[in-house]
Order: sequence, then structure tokens, then C-alpha cells
Amino acid sequence: MSDNPVVVGTGLTKIGRRWEDSLSDLFAEASRQAIEEAGIQPQVVFVGNMVAGELDGQEHLGLALEDGAGAFPLVPAFKVESACSSGGSALLAGYMAVKSGVYDSALVVGVEKLSEEPSDSITTALAEAADADFESYYGASFTSLNALLMRSYMKDYNVPRDWLSEIAVMMHKNAVDNPYAQLRKAITVEDVNRSRVIADPIRLLDCSPTGDGAAAILLTRPELAKGDVQVELAGMGVGVDTIGVNGRVSLSDVPATARAAKAAFSAAKIEPKDLNVLEVHDAFTIMAALALEDIGVVGKGEGAKFFHEGNAERDGKLPVNPEGGLKARGHPVGATGVYGAVEVVRQLQGKAGKMQVPRAEIGAFHNLGGSGSHAVIGVFKRKR
Amino acid sequence: MTVPRYWRNIGAHYRLEGIRCKSCGEVSFPPRSSCPKCHSKDVEVVQLPRKGKVVSFSLLRSPPNGFEAYVPYYVVVVELENGVRVLGTLTDVFGEVKEGMEVEAVFRKISEDGEEGLIHYGTKFRPIA
Ligand SMILES: [Zn+2]
Repeated sequence: MSDNPVVVGTGLTKIGRRWEDSLSDLFAEASRQAIEEAGIQPQVVFVGNMVAGELDGQEHLGLALEDGAGAFPLVPAFKVESACSSGGSALLAGYMAVKSGVYDSALVVGVEKLSEEPSDSITTALAEAADADFESYYGASFTSLNALLMRSYMKDYNVPRDWLSEIAVMMHKNAVDNPYAQLRKAITVEDVNRSRVIADPIRLLDCSPTGDGAAAILLTRPELAKGDVQVELAGMGVGVDTIGVNGRVSLSDVPATARAAKAAFSAAKIEPKDLNVLEVHDAFTIMAALALEDIGVVGKGEGAKFFHEGNAERDGKLPVNPEGGLKARGHPVGATGVYGAVEVVRQLQGKAGKMQVPRAEIGAFHNLGGSGSHAVIGVFKRKR
Repeated sequence: MTVPRYWRNIGAHYRLEGIRCKSCGEVSFPPRSSCPKCHSKDVEVVQLPRKGKVVSFSLLRSPPNGFEAYVPYYVVVVELENGVRVLGTLTDVFGEVKEGMEVEAVFRKISEDGEEGLIHYGTKFRPIA
């Protein structure tokens, strides 16, 4: 098997209401940064996106974005879609393309635009992550499906509401320092507990905001990389489960995440305790708690407590989402997985500025699609 | 939604039909052409039990398009008497909803596909008084 791909360039756009920028503009902004830093051109592009077909009426998205951006010569480009984990899946495609030797370099861009539609259209589009015929048909929103898990989790493990609210508080605190974040505003537990109910027990401030944004990462073979500090994509894993929540045995864990973690950690030859930084898919506060458990950082029912005890802070036992996570950095759905990957890479490069965590040698990102149907985990290592 | 697509799912939506695998005995929902457990093609359509218990619930206040008139409404996972789980919504709720609450399947209008489209029907669950 050939060497692991290394990261030679990354790019991020600020997440938010980017009314002046088209999907192609966002794609161009992130791609340009990654290509300029790398000093090499991509031979192939993988785009992570979920709803451009539904909301923008644009399929054939890879070429449409490349041509619409004009930021580099046209090369083969493909959209990769797996709901909210589209970005992570696009990175898997880039990883396979370079590691297999089929291409020397691959650009992975997650990009999404969600600010220009009314919120019920967004709710409807995001519900397409669920089973259209047997979940969305009955009026279940994506938030309500996650709420089913939150209620089960709190009951099964007797977890206080405030502990989940505290997760949102930590994410907002972290995002204050993040120039790319959508919500750079500190909040309190009371703010979360008093915010509007979306789908009980999930309240507005349990939810990540949907925004516009793009993130890019350029991979190549190690011998083609310039510069001395190299970060390698040491392993990736994907885990899956039923599309509908009714097919799951339990509603208080996400086995797809555990399967992804097992595969990724075995490929990267590490264990959860080796991680120095972790980006988890906290689309809802409950998902951050579950992710720590299913990834194997803590035991079942101990995820929320890990946050409560301060272990996930930037100077804690294992810093989690030091950039604010989906909750406060923002959740441009199909781009989210690539944001997580870029954030880990920049931590390992020592380029995270005020968000930098100490001793970052090994890090991982976690990206979840649907209400636990599809999980992607990628492990990055700093090469010395 | 197109008429053929609607028609294909009528058994599952109207009569709560699932499948039973003749190879391994697994009963599952929704109906598929193969058994999701052993992947045998030798499956038959069966009607699922109409009674069950609420496993988890969420009172939804921010609805997808077309469900505004029902807000707030309960989204639930129901475990039917044979152990098969179904996702649905509750109707005719007058008291408190709890995990373990007994419910029964009833035939109801679900939504309308615009002013001139199909009216969608299906199964909801109501508390057994
Ligand atoms: Zn079978």
C-alpha cells in the first residue's frame, strides 16, 4: 500500500449570510487559498454538498462550480453526497484518489449555501437526509429525529438538561476567537434553557445555525509536497446504519460513529487516548455527547459529563471543537466535514492562533450524516 | 409526489404492512424486496400489529412545508407488539405523553401536496384510553 496523502493547502471562508457571493464564489474563495498555499494544481476535485440540487436547481455540481469559479484550470470534478456528512465523504474520495495512485493531487471542497431560502424550505431540504417515504412523509423534521435521541439519552443515563446546555455554552465561548465562525457571541445556560422550542426537548440554542460557507483541502503524495511541516491523512473510516431511526436497536447511541472510529483508528494505528484534539459533529448538543461515547473517548452515558467537568476545553484532557464546532462556528451542511478536517490540520500545523491547543500531534474529525445513518472519521498526524 | 410513487407505498401507509422473511423469520418495516437481516428475496407482505408502545417522542413546533396546520405535533418511535419499530406521529392526544404509553394505529390524512396535488393518507398513532 502506498504512503498516506499529505495536506499541502487549506482554505476557509467565513460562515454566515453571504448574500453577495454565489456558490461558485464561495468555492473559489476556499479553493484559491488552498492552491496558493500548496503551490501545486489539483488533478481532480471532489465537492461535498447536500442541497444545491434541491435549493439552487444545480446538479452536475463539480463542473458547474469549477467553471463558475474560474479559479484554476478545469479538471475532472465530482459531487459527493451523504447528507450532512457529504464533506467527510468528499474527503474520503480525495484520500482514495491520492492513496491509490490514480491521481497525484486532489482538491476537496465542501460548499453549501443555505441563507437565501425561507426557513421552512431549509427544514424541508434538510429533512431529505431522512427517509423520504417513511419519515419526511409523516412530517418528521430532522431536528425532531435528533430530539428522539436526546430524550432517550437523558432518560437512559439520567443526564441533567443543564449539562447539554453547557455544551452549547462552551462551543459559543470557543467561537468568539474564531474569525470564520457564524456565531461569535458568548451565551449562558439560561439563554439555552429559555430559547424557543424547535422540537422538544431540542431548543433553538441546542441547534447549530445553517449558513453559507466553503472549506477546501488539497492532498498530494508526500514526495510531491513542498515545505517541511507535513500533516498526513493517516486514516479514514466510514460507518453506516439504517436510514430510518425506526431501524435502530437503541436511540441513545450512534453505532455508525463507533464503526467509523474503529475503522479510522485501526487504519491510522492509534487509539482514542492518543488524540490531542478532536472535532465532533455537534449539529445538536446531544450529538457532541454521543460522539465522545461512540468514538471511545469515554464510556456510555459519560459524554455530557466529560464536557461538564471541563475536560473538553482547550486546556482540558482532550480539547473538543476548539473553534466552536457546528454549534457556533456554523453548519454549512455539505461543507461541515471539510471545516472539521481543516481545523484539525491547522491545529497540528500550529496555525490555530488564539484557538491553538497545546501539544497537537494527532487529531481527528467526525462528521455525521442523517440522524446517525452515516459517519465519517478522519485521523491526521503531524509528521516529523 | 407522483401518483405511481404514492401508489407503490399504499400498503405500508394505509394498512401498516411490513414484510416477513420466509428464510429467517425476521419481520421488518418498511417493506422491501429483500430481508434486511439475511438478504433473502423470499419475503411475504404481512400486516403488522396495530398496537404498541411509545419508545421516544418529540413535540415538534417548527414544521417542514405542508405540516404547518398540525403544529405542535408529536413525532414518535412506536414499538409494535411484535417488536418492530415504526416512526410516526400521534393524533387525538388530550393528556400527557410518556415513554411506554400504549398507542394504536389509526388511518388518517397526513398532508396535501399543494392545492391541486394528491392528498396523502397514512397511519398515525393515538393513545389507548
Ligand atoms: Zn431473512
